Amino acid sequence: MAREMMYGDAIAAAIAEEMQRDPNVVLYGQNLAMTERDPMLKKFGKDRVRIAPISETAETGIAVGAAMTGLRPIVELWMSEFMLVAFDQIINEAPRMHYMSGGQVKVPLVFKAGYGFCAGWAGQHSNCIYHTMMGIPGLKVALPSTPADAKGLMAASIRDDNPVVYLHHYMLTLDKGEVPDDEYVIPLGVADVKRAGTDITIVATGWMVKKSLAAAEQLAKEGISAEVIDPRTLAPLDIDTVVRSIKKTGRLLLVDQAPRHSSAAAVIAGEIAEHGFEHLRAPVKMVTALDASIPYSETLENYVVPNEDKIVQAVRSVMARQAVSA
Amino acid sequence: MLNKISNERLIWIYTHMVRIREFEESVKRTFIEHPGVIRGHSHLGDGAEASIVGTLSTRNEKDLVMPSYRCHGYPIVLGTPMRAMMAEVFGRKDGLCSGFGGSMHLADPSRYFPGTSGIIGQSIAHATGAALTAQVKKTGQIVYCFFGDGASKQGAFFESLNMAAVWKLPVVYALENNQYQAYTHFRLEDANAIAGHPLSKKAEAFSIPGVTVDGTDPIAVREAVDQAAARARAGQGPSLVESKFYRLSAHGNVITVPPLPTQFPEHEAVAVYGNKKEYEEWKAKDPIPRFRAKLMSDGVLTGMDASRIEEEARNEVEDAVKFALASPFPAAEDAVRYVYA
Repeated sequence: MAREMMYGDAIAAAIAEEMQRDPNVVLYGQNLAMTERDPMLKKFGKDRVRIAPISETAETGIAVGAAMTGLRPIVELWMSEFMLVAFDQIINEAPRMHYMSGGQVKVPLVFKAGYGFCAGWAGQHSNCIYHTMMGIPGLKVALPSTPADAKGLMAASIRDDNPVVYLHHYMLTLDKGEVPDDEYVIPLGVADVKRAGTDITIVATGWMVKKSLAAAEQLAKEGISAEVIDPRTLAPLDIDTVVRSIKKTGRLLLVDQAPRHSSAAAVIAGEIAEHGFEHLRAPVKMVTALDASIPYSETLENYVVPNEDKIVQAVRSVMARQAVSA
Repeated sequence: MLNKISNERLIWIYTHMVRIREFEESVKRTFIEHPGVIRGHSHLGDGAEASIVGTLSTRNEKDLVMPSYRCHGYPIVLGTPMRAMMAEVFGRKDGLCSGFGGSMHLADPSRYFPGTSGIIGQSIAHATGAALTAQVKKTGQIVYCFFGDGASKQGAFFESLNMAAVWKLPVVYALENNQYQAYTHFRLEDANAIAGHPLSKKAEAFSIPGVTVDGTDPIAVREAVDQAAARARAGQGPSLVESKFYRLSAHGNVITVPPLPTQFPEHEAVAVYGNKKEYEEWKAKDPIPRFRAKLMSDGVLTGMDASRIEEEARNEVEDAVKFALASPFPAAEDAVRYVYA
């Protein structure tokens, strides 16, 4: 059975279901469960649902130590930039312990944070910093783009025996979609074809999936059939699904909300240059944020971040290119 | 609480102190006897033996031990085979971590030693997290969190102690003040020290007990830690015990770029500050001969016992070196084995 649910609620549902299923799952973060009336606190008790001080290093580091010794912590970090305060723990502690110990210890934890908040949060609260994390061996990075994925990827992240950075997009929080009621786990590292098409492959994550799907609708009216793929996790990165798609379409557009030089798109472009070049009939194109910080004013913000129009125009320009080896 | 300590336990303390010292001296000799065998950076705990063993003499069987990267001494007390430890320091296949960790990253979770961090202070948060596990799962374990004076200036220290105090976590924070943060004397960088206060004063910031103890005396350390451990076991939360001693070797081997071989320099007191007098004064307080003399004058240990303990430790370490040198290197393609669990 499935029912309509908001993206944000789907995440909360996954956490509650996993906490119900596994007593080793604990949840803590700042400004969380502040009163006795908190439903999670009521349900799971104050041992497993805790309020934390503004101490990102300790919050994340405590999760590492707790995970090494048998718990499965979820740390609510609220905004991905707050992780920068604790980057040693996230980059250089959590994903290293299993490896450095020669496989003896495991670090099953979830660092949960929102990102990409394009609603006037300006320079320090709107960014996309997943590129910095997707290349760290041992760390997994999940970015759901739909309510169903939000639930399935959270359940998988909690069950995974590795540290997972779970990044939910703030602009999708209120989006509704069908979400399976019962246990629903999406394996990490498997891309999803969000729309099938034959002329061009668009790869996007998070909010950009929604923008790309809207662009694909518009392009369909022009007779251009776009396939939209969401990798869903950037680490592990499912390049095979992208290669399979461009075998069919021969064209690739990468849409990414991050600045061009710190985008996942740049990494995917490199992989396709090596593993998919022979299938391409036109050069790969990237639609990313400009290499600028996110400005406060709406006109400025819109200019920096990719939108439906930029995607449509980019697709048209790729379609207009002559075949590479015509 | 602590009963009167038995002679057997006193000899146990002395034996482990000697075993740690022999291991560390052997690692140090390796830089001369087998140049190039030890790569990267190794850090020795000679001088810390009384503090390490005195602290761990209060430990119950399943209590967790989580130190920093200066981590050789603790697993020796926990019973980790020296063969596997030395093979790890030498980067061999039979190493404790199969050659993936090296000197800074020993881990033996089966002996309640989950692993260490090479980044100063960060493991304080890990130990605090291990205490969270003990509390949530009601295992009855406490965690011994060891770190140096340098680490007590890290944000991880302040954030972790605050959270441990708020959550009343079962952890003992063992601040090993060996007087040098890498190369810098602690009086140059610690606000408490500059004001003439002990470093344990930091505990006041979290409203938890803080005490400073002579870290060259294992019995004094044991008594101070025992109170902290009892408090942790009783669910009353963390304590800070500053154990003041002197690191007898340099911070670590010299950082060299190949093909220059790694080697151990003189202690910073001499090499950096030209203060041979300070070094000699502390060398005279070396905890091992002092404790041996005390046990002998108390009639706990005979000269013959002492010689036997030392000889056994030497043999154990020599055997470990032979084993480690004979152990093969890991297969190169194993390098991608442990990326994901």
